[in-house]
Amino acid sequence: MKHMKKTLATAAVALTVVYGGVALRADDGKPSGGDAVTRRLSQEQYRQIVSDIFGPTIKVGGRFEPDIRRDGLLAMGASQVSVTASGLEEYDKIARNVAAQVVGESNRDTLIPCKPANAKAPDDACASQFLSETGRMLYRRPLTAEELASRVKVANDAAVGLKDFYSGLGISLSTMLESPKFLFRQEIAETDPDHAGQYRMDAYSKASQLSFFLWNSAPDPELLAAAQRGDLNTDAGLKKQVDRMVASPRLEGGVRAFFTDMLGFDEFETLAKDSMIFPKFNTKVAKEAQEQTLRTITNLLVAEKGDYRDIFTTRKTFLTPMLASVYGVPLLAPDGGWQPYEFPAGDSRAGIVSQVAFVALHSHPGRSSPTLRGKAVREVLLCQRVPTPPANVNFTLVQDTKNPQYKTARARLAAHATDATCAGCHKIMDPIGLGLEAFDSGGSLRSSENGADIDTSGNLDGIKFTDAAGLAQAVHDNPAAPACVVSRAMSYGLGRLPAKSEGEWVKAMQDGFKQANYRLPDLMRQIATSPDFYRIAPPQMGALDNPAAKLAQEIQQ
Amino acid sequence: MIPMHRFNRRNLLRGMMGGAAVTVGLPFLDCFLNTNGTALADGQALPVNFGTWFWGLGLNPGRWEPAKPGKLEAMNVELQPLAAYKDKMNVFSGMKAFLDGKPNGVHFSGVQGMLTGTVPRGMTADKPSVDTLIADQIGTRTRFRSLEVCCAGNPSHSQSRRSGAVVNPGEISPAALYTRVFGPEFTDPNAATFTPDPAVIVRKSALSAVAEDRADFVKTLGAADKARLDEYFTSLRGLEQQLALQLEKPAPLAACTVPGKVDDSPVGTEIEIVKTNHRLFAGLLAHALACGQTNVVNVAFSDATSSLRRAGGTQTHHEFSHEEPVDAQLGYQPTLAWFFNEIMGSLAFFLASLDGIKEGDKTLLDRTVIMTATDLGYAKLHGLENMPMMTFGSGNGKLKTGLHIPAQGEPTSRVGLTLQQVMGVPVSSWGTDSMQTSKTITEIVA
Repeated sequence: MKHMKKTLATAAVALTVVYGGVALRADDGKPSGGDAVTRRLSQEQYRQIVSDIFGPTIKVGGRFEPDIRRDGLLAMGASQVSVTASGLEEYDKIARNVAAQVVGESNRDTLIPCKPANAKAPDDACASQFLSETGRMLYRRPLTAEELASRVKVANDAAVGLKDFYSGLGISLSTMLESPKFLFRQEIAETDPDHAGQYRMDAYSKASQLSFFLWNSAPDPELLAAAQRGDLNTDAGLKKQVDRMVASPRLEGGVRAFFTDMLGFDEFETLAKDSMIFPKFNTKVAKEAQEQTLRTITNLLVAEKGDYRDIFTTRKTFLTPMLASVYGVPLLAPDGGWQPYEFPAGDSRAGIVSQVAFVALHSHPGRSSPTLRGKAVREVLLCQRVPTPPANVNFTLVQDTKNPQYKTARARLAAHATDATCAGCHKIMDPIGLGLEAFDSGGSLRSSENGADIDTSGNLDGIKFTDAAGLAQAVHDNPAAPACVVSRAMSYGLGRLPAKSEGEWVKAMQDGFKQANYRLPDLMRQIATSPDFYRIAPPQMGALDNPAAKLAQEIQQ
Repeated sequence: MIPMHRFNRRNLLRGMMGGAAVTVGLPFLDCFLNTNGTALADGQALPVNFGTWFWGLGLNPGRWEPAKPGKLEAMNVELQPLAAYKDKMNVFSGMKAFLDGKPNGVHFSGVQGMLTGTVPRGMTADKPSVDTLIADQIGTRTRFRSLEVCCAGNPSHSQSRRSGAVVNPGEISPAALYTRVFGPEFTDPNAATFTPDPAVIVRKSALSAVAEDRADFVKTLGAADKARLDEYFTSLRGLEQQLALQLEKPAPLAACTVPGKVDDSPVGTEIEIVKTNHRLFAGLLAHALACGQTNVVNVAFSDATSSLRRAGGTQTHHEFSHEEPVDAQLGYQPTLAWFFNEIMGSLAFFLASLDGIKEGDKTLLDRTVIMTATDLGYAKLHGLENMPMMTFGSGNGKLKTGLHIPAQGEPTSRVGLTLQQVMGVPVSSWGTDSMQTSKTITEIVA
């Protein structure tokens, strides 16, 4: 029991930064970076890269290997996952399908920059040209001579076997699309000339680090060219690229990807709502609800360059007629599409926490859950950890919803909380979630449950409120909220938790975010221009005689 | 008859690249099963199969344990749907997961202990599951090392893992599983003629270029990342082998019939949808085993925190487990008992799918061992004691059946250890901390 009290006390304290790794000091006394990570591309990244290289007409169909979430982000799970046998079967199918479209008759003239001398036979020159250009985009660096020769040979052998140049080229392209060199992002270390004894990413790894962080995709040709010229190793060159990328409309895609991950929207894939209880909630509503929240966020943070904290209080959003019906508000949308909409002042719908996506995702299939919602506010938005329930706890005090004594969730949870073992944990979740009880599991507004009026009062870390708008303000004002997004953004970019040795850098980013009036693009720019973002711990093998360094040299040549 | 080993890549390339594809007719009866259908014609026994069948939330304590140790006679009430298999099954009672002071990862620690022999410290698994260890032993000569299905609509419900973060995702759509196994790439082992596909030869040859990528890649990585990339290359070898097998005339299997095409069906957690998909999956997996496409299958009927629900109900199976009061007169949670009856009924359907495929005077189930797994002993309390465990089938007579083994306070990992040994995995001790065991359940070893 003593132990448990201690755990709970810790949990209730804002735990905004969690570190991984060990503190290391380099020869010059400066902190070194965390361990290099190797990340598997996400489904979204795979799709985006294919679209960037070959255009949006090339379809990527198939089932991708599921991602896993670690320490709050799929971006960190990406550093842990591999490719299973059935996963590779799928990557193989997807790759062959993409390649067949690229070399297919309707696309080859636009996507392949040359023509073979004889379409029924191998053609070294044309295969080399296509594979070296495409390979550079897929591997996010130029191919070594050996790599190119190997892939040209595959194309030639297959062209002979299939008596068709394009089919052969397609086979070779598919082997690149399923190579670990494409599917995994490896960080290649080189010694840091500015800091004796320290290591940093090589220029191409830097380009990927930047591009996946800001655009959720592989580097574009301009960024690769900057890497090749060595520009990314100078402060001015790096800043120039970061400015270009932050100013690009593609930043919005990067911001969307970040919030899709942070808010756990992948869970919508398997979200079930009972259609008899929530006839208005279907997969289309679920998709539109996510889109609504992402539009609210990107409009405020990217288009209007607003204060991050305002995503919790803004009443400005976007709706479709279908969503308007879930919200029970009138919407004039002659084309049936998205329209800007502003909830009136005083309305209980304020900020993303009161939107359908959040309240529906953090509910049971058939009813709301103040506990799940409170837990999500703590864990997702404030980066705090709520302990898991202990073993052998008796839940008998929670009676079923039909019990006339306990008509509302508040009453049922109050009964449950008379058990001291349960009360500790629920105290840090339920008072938050009860503020959202006016929204049912399908996200619609309600004023009663089983005939009893709903009371939406609650508190967050001692700040009392009476409804969802009050909760929204309390989250807005909670210092853990901006601190959380800083730590999530850093972990998202790094693919790991910041190392203890990076504590000063984390602090600098937190301070910088505040100074920038909590503008997210400025935070992303600060992170992306920090040398620390590209610093990595010494490789586990001898530096210059290691194959990575050798590979880096070969690429440079 | 042309010996099968002559269908190597070089011979085929020589034949195919020079002209039209070869179609090779084989004398059909020569390679058939022996007269009673229980072995291949060359006298080798049909291979053993292994499978896991997982459901969430255990069973109601006191309502599933057989009354007496030893020979299984009358079934307790919650195992009644399985009564037809009492001579082909074993029941283990009293087994538990030991936390050793680690926090109880609710709905997680128990199943990890059972399937990986290790209770992790947090909510992250760190050991391979028993099915993958067995698949590495018995599943290396088939098109698929293993096949996983998840009946409740989420591929991540799969409990089959090769390491902590490498989980074999489950198919959620029976139509997709049909296409994967019996689609265009399927070679009917009983077809009279065999035509190797030249495109397959080309693809297989091209994949060797991907295998060569390993050299530049793996040497540059730290140990953990190297293990992950090694896993990728293991998968790549599996893919190469799949293609190699497509170039060989498979040995005929008398019991193999190609199932009818399966169309798309809705997926979700509503129990009738789950049961429908499970039925389709059960049929497909049984055919895949009978047709030699795999030797290992893994079924996740639900997730560990069972999100099964009845249409129109506000609560899930999981919510009922905590919130439904124990009925004072009945002495148990009646809605939970209803869910368990549905689940055990589905398990019986799965077994019937295997047992319905006759191989001589035996059945496919007889050369298979199915191990059940679940996450809890008593869901209401998240209890890890007395977790229900069962096996079905004898693995070609390697396992004795029809027994109840009471093993009060013993680690659940004893079952996993014993089954690995029976399946030929050279292991004498398995598991971590108090889950570590070298105590084979000798009572069931034939």
